[in-house]
Formats: sequence, C-alpha cells, structure tokens
Amino acid sequence: MEIDADNLSATELRLGLPGTSSGDDGCWQKKPSQPGVGGTKRALDDTRSEASGTSPAAAAAAGDDDHDATAPAKAQVVGWPPVRAYRKNTFQAAAAAAKKAEPPQQQGGGGGLYVKVSMDGAPYLRKVDLRMYKGYRELRDALDALFTKSSAGAAADGGDQQQHAVAYEDKDGDLMLVGDVPWDMFVSSCKKLRIMKGSEAR
Amino acid sequence: MGRGGSRASPAAAAPPWHALPDEVWEHAFSFLPADSDRGAAAASCRSWLRAERRSRRRLAVANCYAASPQDAVDRFPSVRAVEVKGKPHFADFGLVPPAWGAAAAPWVEAAADGWPLLEELSFKRMVVTDDCLEIIAASFRNFQVLRLVSCEGFSTAGLSAIASGCRNLRELDLQENEIEDCSIQWLNLFPESFTSLVTLNFSCLEGDVNITVLDRLVTRCHNLKTLKLNNAIPLDKLANLLRKAPQIVELGTGKFSADYHLDLFLKLESAFSGCKSLRRLSGAWDAVPEYLPAFYCVCEGLTSLNLSYATVRGPELIKFIGRCKNLQLLWVMDLIEDRGLAVVASSCNKLQELRVFPSAPFDAAEQVSLTERGLVDVSASCPMLESVLYFCRRMTNEALITIAKNRPNFTCFRLCILEPHTPDYITHQPLDVGFSAIVESCKGLRRLSVSGLLTDNVFKSIGAHADRLEMLSIAFAGNSDLGLHYILSGCKSLKKLEIRDCPFGDKPLLANAAKLETMRSLWMSSCSLTLGACRQLARKMPRLSVEVMNYSRGACPLDSLTDESPIETIYVYRTIAGPRSDTPACVQIV
Repeated sequence: MEIDADNLSATELRLGLPGTSSGDDGCWQKKPSQPGVGGTKRALDDTRSEASGTSPAAAAAAGDDDHDATAPAKAQVVGWPPVRAYRKNTFQAAAAAAKKAEPPQQQGGGGGLYVKVSMDGAPYLRKVDLRMYKGYRELRDALDALFTKSSAGAAADGGDQQQHAVAYEDKDGDLMLVGDVPWDMFVSSCKKLRIMKGSEAR
Repeated sequence: MGRGGSRASPAAAAPPWHALPDEVWEHAFSFLPADSDRGAAAASCRSWLRAERRSRRRLAVANCYAASPQDAVDRFPSVRAVEVKGKPHFADFGLVPPAWGAAAAPWVEAAADGWPLLEELSFKRMVVTDDCLEIIAASFRNFQVLRLVSCEGFSTAGLSAIASGCRNLRELDLQENEIEDCSIQWLNLFPESFTSLVTLNFSCLEGDVNITVLDRLVTRCHNLKTLKLNNAIPLDKLANLLRKAPQIVELGTGKFSADYHLDLFLKLESAFSGCKSLRRLSGAWDAVPEYLPAFYCVCEGLTSLNLSYATVRGPELIKFIGRCKNLQLLWVMDLIEDRGLAVVASSCNKLQELRVFPSAPFDAAEQVSLTERGLVDVSASCPMLESVLYFCRRMTNEALITIAKNRPNFTCFRLCILEPHTPDYITHQPLDVGFSAIVESCKGLRRLSVSGLLTDNVFKSIGAHADRLEMLSIAFAGNSDLGLHYILSGCKSLKKLEIRDCPFGDKPLLANAAKLETMRSLWMSSCSLTLGACRQLARKMPRLSVEVMNYSRGACPLDSLTDESPIETIYVYRTIAGPRSDTPACVQIV
C-alpha cells in the first residue's frame, strides 16, 4: 500500500511524547483511498481524530481551548485514561459550548469581573474579581480571608464561620444561593455578592 | 448422553434416543439459555450437531476474524439474528490503527446470499459502509432490527437506504457511531405507511433533523417505546414529541439545555407527567438545574438513568437522583462527587449497576471531590450492586477491602485510578492487597479492570482466585514476567485479556501458549515482547492468528527484522479462518 506523503503529520497518532521524532508512521496516516469511502470522509475523519485528543500532537493542533491548562504539565499518554473518544468529544464540545455561551456582559470588559461583596454587619463593602477564582471553593476561601478580620467581634464562638451563607444577586435581580449552578454560569450571571448570617439564610 | 433412566421399560416400547426425529431435539435445544450450551450439545454427537445447527436462530460472532462469514452461513443456515464484533476493545481508546480492518461488508454480502430471512443485524466496532446499508435494505424482506454500536464508515445516505427500504423495521439503534452527515434528510424517507417502529435511537447523529417529519413519524408509530434524540432537538420540541408518544419507555433527551423560562418549564413538566411508562432516561444535559424539577414526576418510575454525558452538577442533581428510588442502573459524571454518591447510597437501594465517568480526565488541576469514599458508601448500602465502573483519583487498600466485604456479589468490577502507578494514598503501598480482597471475596467476578500501583503479587491472587473471570484489563502494572505467568497459568475461565504498558516479556507468553487457544483474544501493547517470541508462538500454535503492529516501522516487512526486534503491539486470537488478508501496512501476521 502506498503511503501518501501529503498526509499532515498533525493527524498522526503516536505513542511517543510530544517532541519526539515521528519515524515512518505509515499506518497511522489516513490513506487517501479506501474501499467504499469518498473523499469528503477523509477530511471529516482527520478533524475528528484531531478533536478526539488521543495524541498529544493532535490535541495541540486542535487548539483545545476548553481546558484552562492548554499545555498540561505532563505529556498525555495515548489512550489513557481509558475514556472513549466519543465521550471525550462530547464532553469537550459541551464544555467549549458552555464557555462560548457566556454572554460577554462582564463589567470592565475583557479583564476582571469585579463585583461588590457585602456582609451583614460589616461596616463597609469589598470588591472581588470573580475571574481570579477557578471554582466555588476558592471563592469561599477568599471571602473568608476578606471578612474574618472585620467580623472578628461577631465570630466570637469560632463555629460562626460555617453559619454564614453566601448569596448573590443575578442579572434578573433575584437573590440566589451561591453554589447551585456551574461555576462559569455563576460568573456570567453574578452581579453582587452578599454574605448573610446563617439565621437569615434559612 | 444418557440422562439417567427414564422408564425401566424394555427398548421395544419407546424409540431409542438416537432415533428420535430432529424436530424433538430442536425443540429441546430451544430451551437452552446460552449459545455455549447449544455449542456443547452440538459437540456431543452428529445427530445433535445436525439438529442444533439447523435450528439455531441467534448467532453471536464475538470476533469477526475467528471464522469466515461463509463458515457461519454454512454451519447455521436458519439464523434470523446475527451479532458480529470487530475491533479489539482498546480501539475505543485510540490504540488500534484506524485502517486496522473489521469490515462489515463480507458479513453483509454473505448474509444477503445465505440468510435471506435474516431479521436482525448488529455490528459493534466495525466499519460499516453505505454500500453495506444499501445491501441490507435490499436483501432481507423481513428485516426488523439494525443495531450499530461504535461503528464508522457510513453516512446519512446509508440511513436513507434503510429508512426507505426496510418496510418492517422495528428497531434502528445507533449507539456512539461516527456518522458522516451528508445533509440528506433520511428521516423523510420513512414512508407515510410506515408505522412499525419500536426503537429509534439517533443520539449520535450530529446533523439537524427535520422536526416536523420526526413529529409525524413519532405520531404514527404507536408502538414506539424507545426514542433517543440527538443534540439538534431543542427543549420545546422535546415537549411536543413527548405529548405525541406518552407510551414511551426509554427516552434520550439529546441536548437538554436552554435558558430558564417558566413557560417552557411548565410545558416540559406537563409533557413528562403524561409519560406514565417512562423507565429509562438519558441525554447530554447541559441543563440549567432549574429544569430538573420538570422530571420529578417520572423519577419514582425510573429504573435506568444515564447522565454520563450530562455536565449538570450541584444540589439540584443530587436532589433529582435522590428521588429515583427504584434505580437499577446509574451512569453519571464524577461531578456527582462523594456527597452525591452518599445520597445514591441511601436512596437507591435497588441499584445494580453504577458507572462514574471522569469529567476532566486530562486536567489534573480540575479536582472534583470524588474519592474512594463514594464507592465505599454505595457498596455498603446497595445490596444488589453487582457491576461497577469507577474513575477516581485516589484509593486505599482499606477501602477496597471494605468494598469486597460489603459486596461479594460483584460480577463486574472496573476501577480506573486516573494517574498510572498511584499507590494507596495513605499508606503509599501498592494496591495489591485491596484488589486481592476483591477477587477472593467476589467469587462470581466475570470482568475486572485493575489500576494504580500494582506488583506481581496481585496477579498471583487473581490467577489463583478469579475462577470465573472472563475479561481482565491491566495497565501500568506488575514488575516482571511472573505477573503475566500467574494470569495465564491461572484464571480458568479467561476469555479476553488486554494489557498495556506492563513489563511482561516473551517467556510467560510462550510458556502458556496453549492457554491462548482457550481464550478469545489477547492484546498486549507497550510491553517487552520481541518478534522472535511472536514467531515461535505462531509456529507452535497454528490455530492462533498472531498480529503484530509496529508503528514506528510502518510498512517495514517483518522478514527483514531479527528475532530480537522489540514489538510494540500484538493481538492474538484463535481462528478457524486462517490469516486474514485485509491488514493495513502496519499490521502484519506472523
């Protein structure tokens, strides 16, 4: 069988780490003709094999922008973890769609997304940049750090910290409990944060 | 052959066993539950062979290269339902070259010729072309069921042929296939007179579908029980469809996502409340959690819930699952976390199968709080749990021992710790002891996947105790040849063994060559095999096909390589069909 020299090396699936030389990976390159399959199928297959991310080279070529860490610290091993390409495709597509679906309504366009944070009983408000955090845990930790000093008086009995509920005002003006929706959705819809005393929150 | 004395009367009164007409034996064989039982009966004498093969109606070919299509047609002339599987399991993870083989065409052609009364055809991990689908549509006048799982090579043009040609089609079940979209409105091609559909699953199709046509199809197919939609169907159309098919038993919602609108919510809620028979639910839910309550009315009746493509997380998800008290099957993403699994444990006591998939398999930074804790909880509280697939990042021997003690009734235990070589995170020991507990306790275990840091010791246990084990998957484990030797010299019932990235070499393979003929197949990639061993194996075992794949050498002919050349991948399987002739350049048969 002929090996088509025009085949893009990006569609090669390899076992090696990215950066190692390819050698003659004839069999991994898409053959130009296959019984019963038309030309358009080839192109479609190539994009699919790129999107499936089963090789480090292909993943980089496809420009995965749905993971924050586009260049993971470790090299990906081919076929590990054992997740079907079909499953990877759909999850990555969903994550990408979710990111793209975020309406660009952030204040201060492009960079930070600063929202006011009020705490019941605190003398003044703070501002936090929601884009600084990767998830709810980090946000909670940051809020704890911001407000422990000012509420030192109120939090006399130690266990008080957990009784605070964090709520936010969304774009419709409703007061919502933080933590229900996916993080990205929260970031795009949150206009203000409010830390409430446990007794009020229930 | 004797089944013990029936009557003590002399031979003259009743016909001797061997003179009973075939029809009697055919009728008797129809009660045998498994094909293997029928095969055993057929092997006992010629008359039983004759009776069995002529009355066989269902045929399952687990490896399309184990026998030729003509062999199958010749031996079983009256088959009505055939299932053929092609590529090795690791093809799912990209370890098999794309042009490896497993073409469905020879099977379709042989079937068209030899089984004109064929009613059901099922292909898994095979290359099915549009030509194949056209032949199917044209050749079998009573064709009823087409099931394609993890296949590729066809397009919506092929589906059009099926839609227009198969007058009696009951089931069109397309699961996780790569289907090219030719923008042909294949759904339109079901004739107006066509009403026999019971199952329609096109969830893997990427293109658009004409909603009006779908609506008409659903309306006129009164027996429709399974409907699985693709991502192109928006939520409000889903509500309309459901109203046309309230008898639905299994529903795949496709892309369940939209901004929250109260009127759409109410519409959905009302539509679902009409579906009194709904038992199985699935879909790619990017759902806003606010929509989940629309399902509350069906939760109680659900026995199967597949949210493994759903990116929903948080309390709403947990509340939803917590209402599904009759669940037998649950597939979720690890976004459910330990706290969600705790709710599953307390609410879903009838659970039989649990699968937890990784939401961010390649992103170690994206930590989700799913640990061994979740699996321990579920194993403790779900007495009927027998099948598990669990992806997580950490595990302990203690947890595995607890799980083994809780659930000796496991038949399938697949644990995948995402990072290779991960030890017990508390003691930093290998997980040998934990997995040994599993195989010692679960005497009925048929399928096992191991992961984490493992030495040869775990394989000693598996070889010694896993008597019923049929399929074993090993990756990044073991320290020497002994590991493989323990497996191949033990595991009495082993049928499929797949190994990657383990330090197993030639010796145990050659020492246990005979074992390989009792198995369906062996896959070994990135181990320590040499070409010489492959040659020896092929010489010693003529009824095995030894396929060698060497990626970095491409089409380099094996003859020019020495015995010491390392081999990247072998795939060995028993066959009566001899070496296949459709290998691509990088696959060579030794």
